[in-house]
Amino acid sequence: MSHRVLIVDDEPNIVISLEYLLKKEGFDICVATDGEAALRLAAEFRPDLVLLDVMMPKKSGFEVCEALRADVSLADLKIIMLTAKGRETEITKGLALGANSYITKPFSTKDLVVQIKNLLA
Amino acid sequence: MKARVRFIVAAGVLGLLMTGPFALTALLLFADAKDAERAAFAEFLLPRLPLGGFMTLLGFIGGVILLRNLFQQYVHGLLRMAETLRLMLGANRNFRVAPEGPPEVRELARAANDLAQQRDELLSDVEEQIRQAKATVEEEKNRLAALMSELALGVVVCNLDGRILLYNSRARLQFKALAQGPTSMSGGALIGLGRSIFSILERGQITHSLENIQQRLRRGSAEPTANFITATRNGALLRCQMAPVLGRAEPATEAGAAATPIGAEQHVTGYVLTIENITRNFEREAERDQALQTLTDGNRAALGNIRAAVETLIDSPEMEADYRERFTRVIADEAAAMGARLEATMSRFADSLKTRWPLEDVLAIDILAAAARRIEDRLKLPIKHEDQDSSLWMRVDSFSLIQAITFLAARLQDHYAIRELRLRLASEGSMVFVDLIWSGTPVSSETLYTWELEPMTVGADTSPLTLRDVIDRHGGEIWYQRDKAAHNAFFRIVLPAAATPDAPVVDQAQHLHSDSRPEYYDFDLFAARDAEGAGIDADRKLSELAYSVFDTETTGLLPSEGDEIIQMGAVRIVNNRLLRQEIFDQLVDPGIPLKPEGIPIHGITEAMVNGQPRLDVVLPAFHEFCAETVLVAHNAAFDLRFFQLKEDSLGLRFTQPVLDTLLLSAVIHPSQESHSLESIAERLGINVIGRHTALGDAYVTGEVFLKMIPLLADKGIFTLRQALDAAQQTYFARVKY
Repeated sequence: MSHRVLIVDDEPNIVISLEYLLKKEGFDICVATDGEAALRLAAEFRPDLVLLDVMMPKKSGFEVCEALRADVSLADLKIIMLTAKGRETEITKGLALGANSYITKPFSTKDLVVQIKNLLA
Repeated sequence: MKARVRFIVAAGVLGLLMTGPFALTALLLFADAKDAERAAFAEFLLPRLPLGGFMTLLGFIGGVILLRNLFQQYVHGLLRMAETLRLMLGANRNFRVAPEGPPEVRELARAANDLAQQRDELLSDVEEQIRQAKATVEEEKNRLAALMSELALGVVVCNLDGRILLYNSRARLQFKALAQGPTSMSGGALIGLGRSIFSILERGQITHSLENIQQRLRRGSAEPTANFITATRNGALLRCQMAPVLGRAEPATEAGAAATPIGAEQHVTGYVLTIENITRNFEREAERDQALQTLTDGNRAALGNIRAAVETLIDSPEMEADYRERFTRVIADEAAAMGARLEATMSRFADSLKTRWPLEDVLAIDILAAAARRIEDRLKLPIKHEDQDSSLWMRVDSFSLIQAITFLAARLQDHYAIRELRLRLASEGSMVFVDLIWSGTPVSSETLYTWELEPMTVGADTSPLTLRDVIDRHGGEIWYQRDKAAHNAFFRIVLPAAATPDAPVVDQAQHLHSDSRPEYYDFDLFAARDAEGAGIDADRKLSELAYSVFDTETTGLLPSEGDEIIQMGAVRIVNNRLLRQEIFDQLVDPGIPLKPEGIPIHGITEAMVNGQPRLDVVLPAFHEFCAETVLVAHNAAFDLRFFQLKEDSLGLRFTQPVLDTLLLSAVIHPSQESHSLESIAERLGINVIGRHTALGDAYVTGEVFLKMIPLLADKGIFTLRQALDAAQQTYFARVKY
């Protein structure tokens, strides 16, 4: 059975690559373009891993991350946060709020895939 | 008189000595003789008695003359000399004793003259030294003044009460430029000798910086200065550096100081503020930061998109044509957007200058200790410290950071009724964690998000900054976390760590504590401490008080019948000096037509008052100008009547004491006919120029008042209370008359 990955990002230009890439790697993909949709889909789609962008309208990635971690039924969910800022303090905050990993844009797609596979292994 | 009595007694004794032995011998012989012998003796003696008496009288006269001469020379001569010596001692130093009389007295006179000569030489030597010292001080003063006026930075020196003791013209200009609205008419905001710096800068900020400096001094820091940025009432940003002025311990602690080595007891007696208006710099800086951020963060995302697309393309040779086209479009779009962004930022970046919020390297526990004190003080909320790494340094703007911590504590107390707050310090890599921990009620992250965006308010203290601003300023982060195991929750503030500075440089520290004063500064400004405390003490000497001398021009003489003020002028007197730079000079639009007959007197025309502010704007500004000073005016009752008619509608009151030069003149010269300002000025020898403008008359009144202070002292009037009483008595006397 293939793992499910939820991509949360409001920028279609990155979503297209992530979606294509991860589908090719054999994951089941679902895309949310804002924080609220992400929470809804997390409940419906029940992903194994969420790729979560920090800067989003409505709810920021941090808020989504906290909400996901507050849900006991999603205890096994892995969260990788993506950010275009990459300040050390921000990364620390993401990890403190429960993200499993933190990736700064621009990133290597190969590294990303490796990280996802490691987390889901 | 005493000498005369002694002379008469001496003459009597002389008389007895000359006649006594002879009379006694005659008496004894007469008693011893027989009757016949007695008769023969009488017969022989009696006819010859007048001759003997005459001879005795002659001898007696000779003796008295001799006695009188001796008295003249030795007793009266010495008394006369004593008088001349007294004269030499007091009134006339150059007087000398004329050597006359017997040699002994002459010798004494010469010795006295020599002594006087020696004293004069000593005295003139001392005077010469004082004169030289004064000249040096004067020269240094001038040099300092020249140096300060050349400085591009505003410089203000204050004592610990926050009273301004010294300022340069740049500081004045800076604050003048800042002053908006009514205060600009006082010609330079509220900067002035003896005024409080707190009318310009925030008291909390100053106190906090002083505390920081004192802490550093205690630690023996080589650079006990503090930097801060402050926003003025109208939003301008000032960058200030505070340096302490060190002085000897107060005489009160002398006993203690005597036991400690010299130099160890130096303490802060005041501070020097250098002030720079960085509003424009800061705007540029903000722009530059924004530019930099769009360049990095903005392009990071775009680059990420491109990279992901390119890598997908390379790794997927099998991709269908329409997918392939969508990927290439992503790359083209993102590349074009990046180009445009770069172009835009570069053009904006070109005119931005480099300035920063000055973040200081501070010991993290110092900040926490200060924050704890503030919280306990303001909120009465108990603070506990736990796990504080005392070796951590961080790079922060301590004032705003402490404000932020206090703000969070206040919010927790208000909304979650916490009874205790614990402060923790930890570090990780180049980050310092400041944790605010409490037990009990958990808070939601949403609440923190709301708090982050509100202006920080604690009681009456409001900061224009939000918590988010403070966090951003430090490049930090803040979040809410729960520690379920420990049953508590905490806010974590992440701040950049600073490198631990080296041990204090001993040489420099020593230099700072040494006795040598800075080279261009040698007059004792700090003696002025408390020269003008809060409020006005009626028992202070007139020469020590601060005054606002003012005058008004009006449309006419009847305020109750609708006459109005058309001009106000005032000048300050501080420390017995008329400060011609610290003035208030403002035309006022009376709102009614001017009376033609008044125009030749005050020289103010309709055209001049048109468009000027009305009294309801000018009077509050004047009220601020003369705060905490004694008011002085000629015939003050007249001007005050105009003020009083406005006081209720403007909600302000002139409560300070008022001295009237007209009444004081009546105190000093009760028998003079005229107490008009012209007559008084003429009597006191003051040149009258520029009369009949409000400011011109205020100058004259000020000079008159300064001349009156010593004349009042001659009448035994030294304090404000005495002057007020004396003036009131004449006032009543005149009214009764």
